[in-house]
Amino acid sequence: MQRTVFRSRWLPYLLVFPQVAVTVLFFFWPALKSLQLSLYRVSPFGDHMSFVGFENFAKLLGDPEYYQSVVNSFVFAGGVTLLSVGGSLVMAALATQKIRGLSAYRTLLLWPYGISSAVAGIIFLFIFHPTYGILPYFLSFITDYEFNWLLKGWIAMALVVTATAWTHLGYNIAFFVAGLLAIPGAVLEAADVDGAGPLRRFTSIVFPLVSPITFYLVVLNMVFAFFESFGVIDAVTKGGPGDATMIMVYKLYKDGFIGLNLGSSGAQSVILMALVIGLTMLQFRYVEKKVTYR
Amino acid sequence: MSAVGAGQLEQARVRAGAVAAPRKKPFLWQSVIVHALLVACIAVVAFPLYYAFVISTQDIQEVVQRPPRLYPSSHLLENYAEAWRKAHMGRMLFNSFVMGVTVAVGKIVISMLSAFAIVYFDFRGRMVCFWMIFVTLMLPVPVRLMSTYEVAGTLGWINTYQGLTIPLMASATATFLFRQFYMTIPNELAEAAQLDGAGPMRFLFQFLLPLSWANIAALFVVLFIFGWNQYLWPILITNTEAMRTVVIGLEALIPRSGTELPTWNLIMAGAMMALLPPVAVIIFMQRWFVKGLVESEK
Repeated sequence: MQRTVFRSRWLPYLLVFPQVAVTVLFFFWPALKSLQLSLYRVSPFGDHMSFVGFENFAKLLGDPEYYQSVVNSFVFAGGVTLLSVGGSLVMAALATQKIRGLSAYRTLLLWPYGISSAVAGIIFLFIFHPTYGILPYFLSFITDYEFNWLLKGWIAMALVVTATAWTHLGYNIAFFVAGLLAIPGAVLEAADVDGAGPLRRFTSIVFPLVSPITFYLVVLNMVFAFFESFGVIDAVTKGGPGDATMIMVYKLYKDGFIGLNLGSSGAQSVILMALVIGLTMLQFRYVEKKVTYR
Repeated sequence: MSAVGAGQLEQARVRAGAVAAPRKKPFLWQSVIVHALLVACIAVVAFPLYYAFVISTQDIQEVVQRPPRLYPSSHLLENYAEAWRKAHMGRMLFNSFVMGVTVAVGKIVISMLSAFAIVYFDFRGRMVCFWMIFVTLMLPVPVRLMSTYEVAGTLGWINTYQGLTIPLMASATATFLFRQFYMTIPNELAEAAQLDGAGPMRFLFQFLLPLSWANIAALFVVLFIFGWNQYLWPILITNTEAMRTVVIGLEALIPRSGTELPTWNLIMAGAMMALLPPVAVIIFMQRWFVKGLVESEK
């Protein structure tokens, strides 16, 4: 764990102080405060608090709107993960075939990671725009279906899912390319010798070997989609139409910051905390797995 | 066995037909298909960016024309100038730049120092500090939203640069990366430095720091992008136009009602300006970017 070379009574404390101070002040104290708030009923300006036990949680669990936001979050996170992890695996597998130009292809596929999901959302908002967008325009030749995200919830969801998945691509491709390049050539040669075609080679050899990375990326994309996707919702749909894209994080912000319902937002924070702890635990199973491979 | 020797042996074995030639070269048509598929993928991935650029070069008539015009026009400069003026882009880009650089540098500095303390010193509470830093991984902004805002308010940090940056500075991943890196440095280096009479801080700055530049560059790229693209925290903590970052400020340009002019060319010009710095950082520092991404997640 450590090397322990130097001795000093005060220096190590001074060295960890900045990080620990930020951690305590802006992470632990607020998290504990959220835990506390979740058990209280608080007046909108925070001047009056009364202990109500689990009432805030009970209210949330009985609230169809909250239930809807949970479902939306899972649809959103699931859609983003499926689209971006699946798409990245295919592209990374293509780019790591024995062909020229791997690094050029990688560069040409990595850059979407730099685009914030809010900016991506704005670009896709225009592509999906009911009046000026090219997607509804081209679809109008094929079908009479009114492709208008302002009216149809699922289209709004598809819009934010596509925009978010787009920004995740670069990240996933970086990991898959690293993982695919690490597969020993001898393993693939053996498959060649056995006469396996490219598709067969991928499904029966390559995919099982990158499955730990896939698992890790699935969890990580879920975490991103759950906790870092406030921007795309706020910039594009604001949770609408109706509550069709109201995800948990956006509802928390709306109820807490705009609705000033501090008790409920505290309870929502605690539920999200449980979720992120669960997902982080899952993520560490990947780390364990990787250790046993070495 | 030397590399040359191994190569010769391999050739000899191939000639003798003892084993199959190393990895048959795929047929030409096979690699043509792979190239074609890759180009198709890149076209799909790049299309939204290309289209945003195309729109940012058109005037309003061209933006709304049917069928849509899918190639650039000649209004690039006037659109970018107009977006720059209308949305106070200069100020917003400056704020984003301050945020990206300060958050990245801050995270790197405090993580380097705490990893150094944790690896090279034995002190009471060492493991407590380590676990506290670790647990921040499980506390993203949304789960402590209202109370973090309250703390910043108590400190008088609402609408300030310190409020924008310092609350985001704790970094478990950067701390782990430095810790892991220090663990790979042989103990003898520290012992030798000690024999030469170097104290811990001199050891850190003269021995560890020069060895750490690759890690620092890699982390900087990833963390700069993280800081630049923050959305939820800046929208809470800033409340004047002068403090807005570009990622949150763009939204104000979107025409929401039917009565506004559909100035999508200006929005796309703004979007291009907002995404260009982080995308350029990825493209020009690709090696560091990949290293930073892949290694900081171990």
